[in-house]
Amino acid sequence: MGDIRGFIKIKRAQVTYRPVCERIKDYKEVFVLRPETTSQEQGSRCMDCGTPFCHWACPVGNYIPEWNDAVFRKNWEKAFNLLSATNPLPEITGRVCPALCEYSCVLGINDEAITIRENELSVVEHAFKNNLIKAHPPKIRTKKKVAVIGSGPAGLSVATTLNKFGHNVVVFEKDDKVGGILRYGIPDFKLEKYVLDRRIKIYEREGIKFVTNTNVGADYSVKKLLKEFDAVCLAGGSRVPRDFPPKADPPQAENIEDRNLDGIHFAMDYLIQSNKRVRGIKFSADKLIDAKGKRVVVIGGGDTGADCVGTANRQGASCVVQIEIMPKPPECRTENFPWPKYPLILKTSTSHEEGAERKWSILTKKFVGDKQVRAILCVRVDSAMKEIKGSEFEIEADLVILALGFIGPEYNGLIKEIETHCNASLLDARGNVKTDSNYQTSVKKVFSAGDMHRGQSLVVWAIYEGIEAAKNINKFLRG
Amino acid sequence: MIDSRKEKLSAVGPWLRREASETSSLYDGEQFGLYDRRFEHDACGVGFVCDIKGRKSHDIIQKGIEVLRRLSHRGAVGADPKTGDGAGILIQIPDEFLRKECAKLKISLPEFGNYGVGLVFLPQDDKERKFCLDAFEKIIKQEKEKLLGFREIEVDSSIIGKTAQNTQPKISQIFIEKSENVKKGLDFERKLYLIRKQVENIICASTIRQKDFFYITNISSQTLIYKGLLMPDQVDGFFPELKDESLTSSLCLVHSRYSTNTFPTWDLAQPFRYLAHNGEINTLRGNINWMQAREGLLKSIFFNKDIEKLKPVIVPGGSDSAVIDNVFELLFLSGRSLSHVMSMLIPSAWEQNKELNSELKNFYKYHVCFMEPWDGPAAIAFTDGTNIGAVLDRNGLRPCRYIVTKDDFVVMASEVGVLDIEPKNIKLSGRLNPGKMFYIDTKKGRIIGDDEIKKELSAKKPYGKWLKENLVSLDDVKGVKIKEKQLKDTLTLLKAFGYSKEDLKMIISPMVQNSQEPIGSMGNDTPLAVLSKNPQLLYSYFKQLFAQVTNPAIDPIREEIVMTLESFVGSQKNILEETDKHCHKLYVKNPILENRELEKIKKIKQKGFKAKVISILFKVDDKKDFRRRLDEICKEAELAIKDGYSFIILSDKGVASEMAALPALLAAGTIHQYLVKKALRTQIGIILETAEPREVHHFALLFGYGVDCINPYLSYDAIEYLISTQGGSAFGGKEKELDLDYKTAIKNYRKALSKGILKILSKMGISTLHSYRGAQVFEAIGIANEVIEKSFSGTPSRIGGVGFVEIEKETLLRHSEAFPKNKNLETPYLAIGGLYQWKKGGEFHLWNPETIASLQDAVRKNNYSKFKEFSNLINDQSNNPTTLRSLLKFSAKGETSPQSGGKKIIPIPLDQVEPKESIFKRFATGAMSFGSISKGAHETLALAMNKIGAKSNTGEGGEDPARFIQLPNGDSLRSAIKQVASGRFGVTTNYLVNADELQIKIAQGAKPGEGGQLPGHKVSEIIARTRYTTPGVTLISPPPHHDIYSIEDLAQLIFDLKNVNPKARISVKLVSEIGVGTVAAGVAKGHADMILISGGDGGTGASPLSSIKHAGLPWELGISETHQTLVLNDLRSRVRLQTDGQMRTGRDVAIAAILGAEEYGFCTAALIIMGCVMLRHCHLNNCSVGVATQDEILQKRFLGRPDYVINYFNFVVQELREIMASLGVRNINEMIGNTELLEVNKQIIPWKAKNIDYSRILYKPEVDKAVGKYCMISQDHAIDNVLDKKLIEFSKDALESAVTVNAEFKINNTNRTTGAMLSGEVCKRFGEDALPEGTINFKFKGVAGQSFGAFLAKGINFELEGQANDYVGKGISGGKIIIYPDKKTDYDSSNNVIIGNTCFYGAIKGEAYIKGVAGERFCIRNSGLLTVVEGVGDHGCEYMTGGRVIILGETGRNFGAGMSGGIAYIYDEDKNFASRCNLEMVELDKPNELDRDTLHNLIFNHYKYTKSTKAKFILDNFKQELKKFIKVMPLEYKRILEAREQEEKLGLGEPSDG
Repeated sequence: MGDIRGFIKIKRAQVTYRPVCERIKDYKEVFVLRPETTSQEQGSRCMDCGTPFCHWACPVGNYIPEWNDAVFRKNWEKAFNLLSATNPLPEITGRVCPALCEYSCVLGINDEAITIRENELSVVEHAFKNNLIKAHPPKIRTKKKVAVIGSGPAGLSVATTLNKFGHNVVVFEKDDKVGGILRYGIPDFKLEKYVLDRRIKIYEREGIKFVTNTNVGADYSVKKLLKEFDAVCLAGGSRVPRDFPPKADPPQAENIEDRNLDGIHFAMDYLIQSNKRVRGIKFSADKLIDAKGKRVVVIGGGDTGADCVGTANRQGASCVVQIEIMPKPPECRTENFPWPKYPLILKTSTSHEEGAERKWSILTKKFVGDKQVRAILCVRVDSAMKEIKGSEFEIEADLVILALGFIGPEYNGLIKEIETHCNASLLDARGNVKTDSNYQTSVKKVFSAGDMHRGQSLVVWAIYEGIEAAKNINKFLRG
Repeated sequence: MIDSRKEKLSAVGPWLRREASETSSLYDGEQFGLYDRRFEHDACGVGFVCDIKGRKSHDIIQKGIEVLRRLSHRGAVGADPKTGDGAGILIQIPDEFLRKECAKLKISLPEFGNYGVGLVFLPQDDKERKFCLDAFEKIIKQEKEKLLGFREIEVDSSIIGKTAQNTQPKISQIFIEKSENVKKGLDFERKLYLIRKQVENIICASTIRQKDFFYITNISSQTLIYKGLLMPDQVDGFFPELKDESLTSSLCLVHSRYSTNTFPTWDLAQPFRYLAHNGEINTLRGNINWMQAREGLLKSIFFNKDIEKLKPVIVPGGSDSAVIDNVFELLFLSGRSLSHVMSMLIPSAWEQNKELNSELKNFYKYHVCFMEPWDGPAAIAFTDGTNIGAVLDRNGLRPCRYIVTKDDFVVMASEVGVLDIEPKNIKLSGRLNPGKMFYIDTKKGRIIGDDEIKKELSAKKPYGKWLKENLVSLDDVKGVKIKEKQLKDTLTLLKAFGYSKEDLKMIISPMVQNSQEPIGSMGNDTPLAVLSKNPQLLYSYFKQLFAQVTNPAIDPIREEIVMTLESFVGSQKNILEETDKHCHKLYVKNPILENRELEKIKKIKQKGFKAKVISILFKVDDKKDFRRRLDEICKEAELAIKDGYSFIILSDKGVASEMAALPALLAAGTIHQYLVKKALRTQIGIILETAEPREVHHFALLFGYGVDCINPYLSYDAIEYLISTQGGSAFGGKEKELDLDYKTAIKNYRKALSKGILKILSKMGISTLHSYRGAQVFEAIGIANEVIEKSFSGTPSRIGGVGFVEIEKETLLRHSEAFPKNKNLETPYLAIGGLYQWKKGGEFHLWNPETIASLQDAVRKNNYSKFKEFSNLINDQSNNPTTLRSLLKFSAKGETSPQSGGKKIIPIPLDQVEPKESIFKRFATGAMSFGSISKGAHETLALAMNKIGAKSNTGEGGEDPARFIQLPNGDSLRSAIKQVASGRFGVTTNYLVNADELQIKIAQGAKPGEGGQLPGHKVSEIIARTRYTTPGVTLISPPPHHDIYSIEDLAQLIFDLKNVNPKARISVKLVSEIGVGTVAAGVAKGHADMILISGGDGGTGASPLSSIKHAGLPWELGISETHQTLVLNDLRSRVRLQTDGQMRTGRDVAIAAILGAEEYGFCTAALIIMGCVMLRHCHLNNCSVGVATQDEILQKRFLGRPDYVINYFNFVVQELREIMASLGVRNINEMIGNTELLEVNKQIIPWKAKNIDYSRILYKPEVDKAVGKYCMISQDHAIDNVLDKKLIEFSKDALESAVTVNAEFKINNTNRTTGAMLSGEVCKRFGEDALPEGTINFKFKGVAGQSFGAFLAKGINFELEGQANDYVGKGISGGKIIIYPDKKTDYDSSNNVIIGNTCFYGAIKGEAYIKGVAGERFCIRNSGLLTVVEGVGDHGCEYMTGGRVIILGETGRNFGAGMSGGIAYIYDEDKNFASRCNLEMVELDKPNELDRDTLHNLIFNHYKYTKSTKAKFILDNFKQELKKFIKVMPLEYKRILEAREQEEKLGLGEPSDG
């Protein structure tokens, strides 16, 4: 704790974003990387608590007070090393983490929390800028080979952690580039892709092999996989989107009419395509999902929905409406979420600032249109999510994005193949890959981590799972 | 006095259900649970009367007995009101009387001097008695002397108590005739000594059952002792022959004992053969070990071969006084004079005394080369029958007053007034000064002054020359170049020795930066070492012991003059001789060696010194090598001695992947014990070259277990690492951690260590490292007996625990961290630690984010099920056992336990359990001062606790009187418990009167044995007001209460407080450690109504980290020991017990009750409820939630509410009641001490602790049904007939209508605490300031007892013609005291002592005029008293914060130490004051104009009231004499007064002082 009175003297500095009118015209990151001096000053607000709740709340257990102090003292290298001791991808969490730590910051009890996430980002960006981040291949290589399936945050953490232990790691990615959700799920305006590329480059230099365009289970047989590798870690994410079931016969309550109209897309399909377009990949008109000039409705009020809002605005949507079935969350903590819990409160993202109408307690009744969707029919619901009679209304829509969350990993393909091959069952009741507390599935050499195992969650949890799974795989490999 | 006996024990009290004949098994098994007799203490009254000219008379004996009688209030009684703790007298051989008596028995005595005589205690059993008598006969014959016969002594057993009767031995007198071949005098004494020792050894080795009855008081041709388990006034009744007129002596030494408990001990009554002792030897364990180690070298021309017959020199099982007497006897009979021996054993503080001449310094320096000081509070009176004298310890911690009359009579005692002396006959009224000797030679017929004795002693031998030629100072040893070090391996080594990031950040860095030990807050909530999942250093298994009640801690900062770390290393010679070679030693100023110093010793060749390096490494892969190496190094050390080495250097250098180091403490302890047992230890110096120690506690342990010097090379490397650019890499960076140069860094670190070590010494009341070394003042927790026996023999370890196997495993676990099999796992960082801050993956904490958050949520929502979530996290520690109680479980339904006598546990419905309201009364919040916590927090607690009928505690620091008044809505902010702590801040009469309970804080869990300091910048206007001091002035709380240096002093303070507020109950707060039970027994006998046993884990305020972690034991041990001891002594029924220290849940309370507590305190939990989130920043005044801060901005952030506190206590009671219902217990009293309700939960014991043993904790004493197991009767405070009752009667008009009253009374030394009860009455009726000055005017004549004028309230004037004892005007709150000698005396008052020690301690305000000299520590912690006195002893005006003190005469040394406020003026006639003043916080000035007025006014008053001739002289020549005054001005105070003056000029502030 550099300055014991720091928190009294200095107020929390808010994040600076580029002006809406400017940022909306491009896909570059919306935030402005703040000057190091600001982070130093903000670092002095940290009280180095005897019981650091931030450190407790952080899934990976970042040594937050320690590096806050180092930042304050301009000991950037120390700060970086402390940070990377617990977190293999700080430049990612520094950009996209909802910062559970800040909600648990002791200063947050009666003041404003420390800008922990931004301090983290300052540290890692300082380190990159000053070439402090170098490849450190392991001193000794073991003879063990591990396959990691999926190159999202979980897969990358598993890979780098195992690599540091000296094992030979191959990461399989079915897409054309490494990164999983980080690359194609999160828009560039939140996470520019060079960030990912520079990290991957280091990983490669440290000896991790990345095999892209390879859908294990289809392009690469399970038999071969299990034969060639001493251990396998499934980290393929939770990609199956939740959907409105198409109208069934006889009709059921939750079914919805005209789900199959044109112009209704899953958020992930929309975002992946948009992200690829930003990278320069062209899509044919029939496959193109573009919001330009369209009235866009995003169904689902979460982070993915917000990303769709931001993307639609950048594409030039004529208007964007986001609806959510749940009631509007409170703006402040409620009794049910006392400090230091992560609260359910209204989050207004940069994408919302860029223009979107948000509606809560709205149930989608049906899609309206002929072939192409024209509107959606909605109804208001009460706090128990019961429809309020007579409150039906229509929202006009040319493009509807479904951001209703994800239900689990894809079963067909790899998982099914392993099950068949090993005559085992891999999934739990919710459809996620089931493991014991050591991240080991019912197939001995197969482990799993991240959303595929945990269900849809935060990047930082995926990283945590990756590290923990890797530790267990290491134990397994060493017998 | 510490009773070190183990094997020997006489019978026990009648309340114990066992036959006397079985008592020899008392010590064999576990049947006494946690109670350990070794830790009994006593304090005593000691005194003598003597005819200087050696004229014998019966009158002298009668006077001696009278002295004894008048000291009886310093003794105590236990459960049996007629059994005392022991009393006796020592006189010259009454030849005439004995001759007469012997004639009756047909024993014909040879002429005086040719026969030896003594009382012998013998078994009641005829056969066994005969066995003893035969032993005498045999040995006397062997020694070629003649046994003349035995004379049975007539005793009157009817007057003594039942306990004493049951254990009374047969008492006979033995007569031995001197043979031709022995010379009269000392030669014959030696022979008698030889006979006695041999007989003792025979009986000791025998198997007779009533062995414990046997004891020889003394056999001598010079002196005769009568003593027994008597009360002081029973001595001449029990021994009727003492009344025989023909029994004469010219001297009479007397002693009355006040023991902490009442296990009857006839033989421990004093006087012993040569001395009687008041006080306690703190270093006893070490002294005994060292004496044992010396026995191998003993040689004397006086004994020749017979010397073997004298061994063991120290009789096992004696008290500290008995032990020092054993040694004294040997040294005296081997040719040294009485005064020589005394000066050797109890030297004065010579090391830093500039006033001593070099000859005397050389004398002391020479002797310290082979005799460590016997350290501790001690007033010892000694005699050989011709010479008689007394000596006082270096700190002057016991009172010792004497009067010499014009007709050559002397009376000396702990008090003045023990004999009525005609005032005009008084020639001299004096007191013994610290480290000084009072000596009378009756043959020469004169008093020999201290100067003369010391001069003679120091001229006996050419000590100076010897020292010059033989003593080698390490500084003078030629230096050697040391190789440049490589730092690259440092990180690996740091890991191998278990250094964490925290060690560097929280421990070493602050020491290096600030030369101070690091400070922390909020107690300890991590697992005991034996329960921790992380490998622990062996040091963590030991807890520092500390002084409480029976001896005082000392202040290592303010009283530095008595302390030293100087060491004299090397082999010792035969202590019975004196040669030049005796000081052939290496003199080391600071025993924490720098690297180059160690190199010097390694290469040393000067004057025949040589050093041998012994490696303490062992092979990692060889499973047997750990144990083997431990044995080998002992053998190697032994060999080194044989080969003539002077030092062995135990080294753990060279650790590598295949070699690990034995724990240094284990290696050193094992060698030390081995060499002690072989009587070789004194022949070699043990030096450690070790990577292990880093913090103060480690060093203290190493010294405490016998190491001479330590070179902590790895902590030096760690420092170098921190200040180098590589340093950051331990933390993960390249930046330097600290910007310091190496030299300064090391200097600071060593300084911090030295200060810290002195502090640990001082906690035990030990002043010199020399006597601390090997004194083993630690308690182990979680170490198995096999380890204790071999390596730490004599150290208490009460629950067993880790053995060698586990210690080895922990060592290897650490080692493997540094040298992992997989190189890829090598981390560039150190482990996180997590001991001082909660960290993921670090050490477990009971207060962690989950528990804190869930508790806060529960109380805010008032939701019991949420509370249960919290309490489950705390109660179920199966995954992380942390506390002792975590391993316990409640007995299950339907179960029976062996202890319960077959009673089954049958649950009852909840509504049959006593209601919560009655349980609330048992709850209290802990002592947290307003100052340590914010106003909001303090008042919230008070309000909540008052609402539910529980109690809150002011803590140390007073309370705003506005809070004494009830709020309009009926709420009250008044704290029911008012604490009285050593600083006495805000302890006014009014404060005391407004309390339901007055709590004397002896120690606190976080830092037992230490004082405190509130830095000036934290003393805000309001804090200063409640503490009656000046804003901005630093406030220091001394480590001890300066009016409690012993158990009888505590009884006195209890008496004082009870007088002020008879309605309040008096409680005493102690901290758990071994022996706390016996201390508590003493406290119970001192009439405390309640005793609080705090656990060592508690504590909310700031404390040194090492104290938070390593001092004080868990309350589970403390409360059990206390409960068991009190039950065994039948004292339990008259005192309530409370416990606290990290109490959190209903389960905690239930366990506390079952282990013996009636009441329960909560502290940390209460703070957390009010918003504390364990920032552990209390010491920074920076609490972000406004709980523990005085910062105005932060206080506004306080969110605590009384409701939360109330909710919490509701929950705790609810959980408690549910547990009670499940155990079938209807009310709490039923649970107290019923340990059958608990059992050990064996399932959850961690691997290290698998041999842990709780049987002593769960022990339930088997006692008579009549013996109470909880408090049932109230104490008899003996305040019904005090003089104050009369004073109050005489003050009726004043009290009722403020009418002036005047009266005169006689007073004597048994009239104690005069004025306090009256002052209480005044405050109750008039409040603090309302009675006009001079309303009550009382005059007294005679010698006042202790605490004359204590807490004297405004409006009362006391005038005393005569003398007074200690504590005059303690806590005076506005009254006026005038004391002058009896008008009939004609001595010069300014050269004679008139009042005792520690007068005006904690004075709030008022005036005092004392015509005469005061004792030590005059006006200590004065807040605002104005006073004039004519001379003071040492440590005058210590810790003073306000007021004006004028001293018209000499002062002692260390004047003004820790004085932060007020002004003293010294009339420095001899111009020697400057050297006696401690200039750390004050400066010396010339008085200015304003001072002149003050001086004139006060001296004028002094003259007006006392007719002082000195005052008159000064007033008459004021202009001239003014020049002789020196003004002692605290620097800080000066600055503040100047600033205030400035403000006043600008019209900004109001003037006030204190």
